[in-house]
Parts: sequence; C-alpha cells; structure tokens
Amino acid sequence: MPIRGRVTGTMTSDTDTLTAEDPITGEEIEIPADVEVGEIIDSPVTGTELEVISLDPVVLEEAPELEEDWGE
Amino acid sequence: MRVGVLYSRIRKDEKLLLNELRERDHEVEKIDVRKERFGLESTTAAVDDLDIVVDRCLSTSRSLYATRFIDSYGVPVVNSPETGDVCADKAKNSLALAEADVPTPATEVAFTTEAALEAIEEFGYPCVLKPVTGSWGRLMAKIDSRNAAEAILEHKETLGHYEHKVFYVQEFVDKPGRDIRVLAVDGEPIAAMTRSSDHWLTNAAKGGETASFDLDERAIELVEKASDAVGGGMLGVDLMEVGGEDSGEYTVHEVNHTVEFKALDSATEVDVPAKVVDWLEAKAAALADGAVSEVDA
Repeated sequence: MPIRGRVTGTMTSDTDTLTAEDPITGEEIEIPADVEVGEIIDSPVTGTELEVISLDPVVLEEAPELEEDWGE
Repeated sequence: MRVGVLYSRIRKDEKLLLNELRERDHEVEKIDVRKERFGLESTTAAVDDLDIVVDRCLSTSRSLYATRFIDSYGVPVVNSPETGDVCADKAKNSLALAEADVPTPATEVAFTTEAALEAIEEFGYPCVLKPVTGSWGRLMAKIDSRNAAEAILEHKETLGHYEHKVFYVQEFVDKPGRDIRVLAVDGEPIAAMTRSSDHWLTNAAKGGETASFDLDERAIELVEKASDAVGGGMLGVDLMEVGGEDSGEYTVHEVNHTVEFKALDSATEVDVPAKVVDWLEAKAAALADGAVSEVDA
C-alpha cells in the first residue's frame, strides 16, 4: 500500500502555498496553492515524487514508481 | 468546448495544458484512467457530452486501450488509437515511415538471438539495439563489438519480457551531437528544438541540453510526411541531421504520439500550450461542423 499523509490544508495568502503532511517523513511541508488532484510534486524534504490524492483535505501519497511502458 | 483529458499523472505538461484550457473558459473533464472501467458499449468515465478527448496518459498500454474504447463510443479522441498503435511500436513506426518514403535509419527485426546477431554483424559496429516499446532512451544499447552484442542479446533473452525478444536492430547514425524534436499538429510544426549531449543518447529525459531550432523547408516537408505516415495528430517528430550540423539532410528516427512539450515550451519563444489549444479548438469546431453537415444532409 502506498504511504499516505493527510492534514487539513491551510493557505497562507502572502505565500500562496498550502501546508500538508509529507507522507514519507510525517513533516509538515509547503506545496503550491494551485496544485490539483493527480498532480505530481516533489517533496521539499526528501525529493520524493508525491501525488496529490485530494484537496479537501489535502492528502499526498507517494507517487507510483516508473513502469516500463511509461513515456512518450 | 468541453474537453476530456485522459491522464494518470498530472505532470508539468498536463498542468500547462489544463491551465490554458481553463483560461479560455473551456469546460475540462479530467479523466483519471486508473479509476475508470471501459465496457464494450459504455464507460464509467464521463465522456458522453464531450466535444473532444485528449489523451495524456503516461502509460502507453493505458493510452492505447483507453483511446480505442473511447473511439468506439463515437467520442472524438486525439490522438487516434490508430496513430497511437503505430507510434507506440518502433517496428511499426519504422515501417510506416519507410512506406511513406520518409528517410529513416536502416532497421531490421529478428526473433532469435542468432538471427539478431547476424543482423548486428551485417550492420557492423557500432549499431543500435532498441526495445520495440519504451521511451526516454531506456534500455537502448549502442553495440560496439561482437562480445557486447552477445552479452546484451543473452541478457535480453534471459531476463526480458517477451517484447524484448523482438530484437530491433538499427544502423547507428553519426549525428552531430544533437537531434531535433519537432512538435507538430496534423503535420504543421508548432515548435522545434535541438537536444544536445556528449552522450550518444540526446533525449531531454536523459539530460540533453535543449535549444530552439529553426526548421528549413526540407525539415518542414519531412515533418508533414512523417505525420501523415502515422495518421496525423499532435506528434513529436524526431529527426537527426545526416552529414553534419546544418547539412539540410535529415533522417526521421521516430514519431511520438503522447508527446511531452514542457522542454519545448521552455526552450523556444513559442507559447506551446496556447498553440496546442488553438489546434484542439479548431479540431473540435471542425468535428462540430461535420456533425451539423451530417444532420443537414
């Protein structure tokens, strides 16, 4: 099962970021406020690719690993 | 316009596209193919009222099946499953280019290690061994000697998925440290860039450096022919210069059907997502006109 992190997202108007829980480390991280479901972001803590699972609340999950048929 | 976007992963490319669509007030239906089911007559995906569906699946297998099903429901989808089928397979891709008289590297396919070794020896060293499916330069082998050839073929035969036993052997093209990526819509170039590297693989995904490139008439002609050869759509056409940099002679080694464009958007002055959406709007309008004409008739 993928690792999930969940926290109620809060937006800070001066930075246009949301805060969420890094599913790998459990740390609180800032992510762009305009993220959307399905988007892949890099964890600012570990660099791991995270997928945005939901926005209300903000749930991040470790993104699926590269598969052989991925690409152009 | 009501646009469906097939995806399983929103990368920067999809984000650019979604933002452009929304800025123009188009209705966007994001369709995460991982969550949907596709039946023979209908799907759980909300595609019924869409004017057009854009395939942005990162996974080739999902792309091919999802577009095939959506096409079967009578919903317009780009790229078409036919185009995807040709582009997703390097052997079919090479055949389509050759049949359309588009210059493309000499290629042979063999099904046993013995036959593949014969092909490699005939090409001479170096030559190239590629998987028939795959991307981003993965599992590509530049073979410099018979010893290397024997080892790689044995590994592929022993460890590989059955597709790795379709040995796709190709001449090595001594390109001038760069190749050219052209993004084209139905054969019309939107933007072009070079991808340069000291490594023989110059893919942007492999870290190749990108720079804007001005296409000459010959390149424009080849892009149009290559696009027609695979059935048209939004395509990434890859060319190599033959005979040195700016020689004006090219060989087309590949046409990609789920093309990434973030690197092109950064490397060139062209607003790539805007051009892509211009094309989608024109495509949807033409489809709507066609539907009206059919009703009138």
